[in-house]
Amino acid sequence: MSDESLKSTVLTGAHRALGGRMVAFAGYDMPVQYPRGILKEHQWAREHAGMFDVSHMGPAFLRLSAPTGDGEADHAAVARLIEPLICGDIAGLRPGRLRYTLLLNDAGGVIDDLMIGRPFDEAEQGGLYIVVNAGTKDGDFSLIAHAAGDAAMLTRADDNALIALQGPEAVSVLSAIVPEVAALGFMTFRTIAFDDHDLVVSRSGYTGEDGFEILVPAAIAPGFWDRLLADERVAPIGLGARDSLRLEAGLPLYGHDVDETVSPIEAGLGFALAKRRLKGGAMSGADRIRREQTGDVARLRVGLRVLEGAPAREGAQIADAAGNVVGVVTSGGFAPSLGAPIAMGFVPPAFSRFGTRLNVLIRGRAQPAEVVPMPFVPHRYHRTPTT
Amino acid sequence: MRFSKDHEWVEVDGDTATIGITAYAAEQLGDVVFVELPDPGKSVKAGEQLAVVESVKAASDVFAPVSGEVIAANGALGDTPETVNDGPEGSGWFVKVKLSNPSEVDGLMDRAGYEAFLATL
Repeated sequence: MSDESLKSTVLTGAHRALGGRMVAFAGYDMPVQYPRGILKEHQWAREHAGMFDVSHMGPAFLRLSAPTGDGEADHAAVARLIEPLICGDIAGLRPGRLRYTLLLNDAGGVIDDLMIGRPFDEAEQGGLYIVVNAGTKDGDFSLIAHAAGDAAMLTRADDNALIALQGPEAVSVLSAIVPEVAALGFMTFRTIAFDDHDLVVSRSGYTGEDGFEILVPAAIAPGFWDRLLADERVAPIGLGARDSLRLEAGLPLYGHDVDETVSPIEAGLGFALAKRRLKGGAMSGADRIRREQTGDVARLRVGLRVLEGAPAREGAQIADAAGNVVGVVTSGGFAPSLGAPIAMGFVPPAFSRFGTRLNVLIRGRAQPAEVVPMPFVPHRYHRTPTT
Repeated sequence: MRFSKDHEWVEVDGDTATIGITAYAAEQLGDVVFVELPDPGKSVKAGEQLAVVESVKAASDVFAPVSGEVIAANGALGDTPETVNDGPEGSGWFVKVKLSNPSEVDGLMDRAGYEAFLATL
């Protein structure tokens, strides 16, 4: 059953031993589910601590080739290298903080969504921790390396394990092994010594729950995975539930809800646009983005509750009450927490108001749907007043 | 009970056939969250689409293993689609069909034959 052209992660053996059902995803052999099944895995992550292998994603470090030793100056220098590619304010990031941002093309379309973090330690200033998507990582890394030129070196870290631990019990589980993590606030990260190795632990994730993403050196990754799994509050979670969790959380999936034709405004990701960068005019696609910010926008990403019938999947058409096709579903499925189908899709602004009644067309049948706010299920991030 | 290579089962009682999906199919689909069944009165032909099963992951077609007229659909699957996972070869039946060509049943596998077929997958 295994396809030899697929890449494996450091944890592939662990997935097989756990009875994971393996599928091809972004060129990797990954577990879509384990024997307990997607619904129970989903509920487990909402109630306890779900553990995900996300090693197929693209963690990397960008470091100045010749840091001066002045932390602020070195951070400003590395920020200047990467900012032209993205829409976010990296210069203004405080030490130890992580930011969700977007790589943009000249037309203001999204090349990828990614995380960029500024190290906490003074000795690490002039470096950035970057995590990009699996399916786009090679292209992203070549863009970043090209922009860095000789001034900084990009080092891929995707031969290590990236483990996500998500859910209300994630913090008590992980802090039993790595006590320092309890002090982290949402969207902060630290390098933490563990078993003679360094972990990079961020308090972040893509499920809407509190939790962590942990970069674990390959040499200790299987042991680290097993150690977490030995805690009875932890269950392994496959890609199937990862998708239903992020869908309920209203989080877009790159390549489905967002792609190179979609702008940050259309995607509802305007929060990621730094005012300073947009005002400076150096942001890629700034003309389109500024125009769209005034309301002149062709389509917007909306959340839909499918009120009866089958789940609306990616590609299902969205029609108005008169039957005119006005948009398309970009991801959708059954929401286990709500016991009902939900979807995301794009419609013209006139149809984007909450409460708007639309239809989704499934196998030739029009099923009623309603535009609703996202997230579909409230986020429960661990936000702290300071840090 | 007789079985198709598309993983449907048929239980014949007189000229009526009860049709569902096999335990193997239910296991492969995973958690079933929606089942679209034909309305009674509809004619179905062997090999053509009979129903659609939606799991959390995806939608899958269910094919009619025999031809005939649908005389009943399992209403319980509307409110509790998980019945398909709980009792695929019993309470999770899909439809009852009045057979138009009972000899089609002879072309289906018996349990031993189906299990041998599964072993080749």
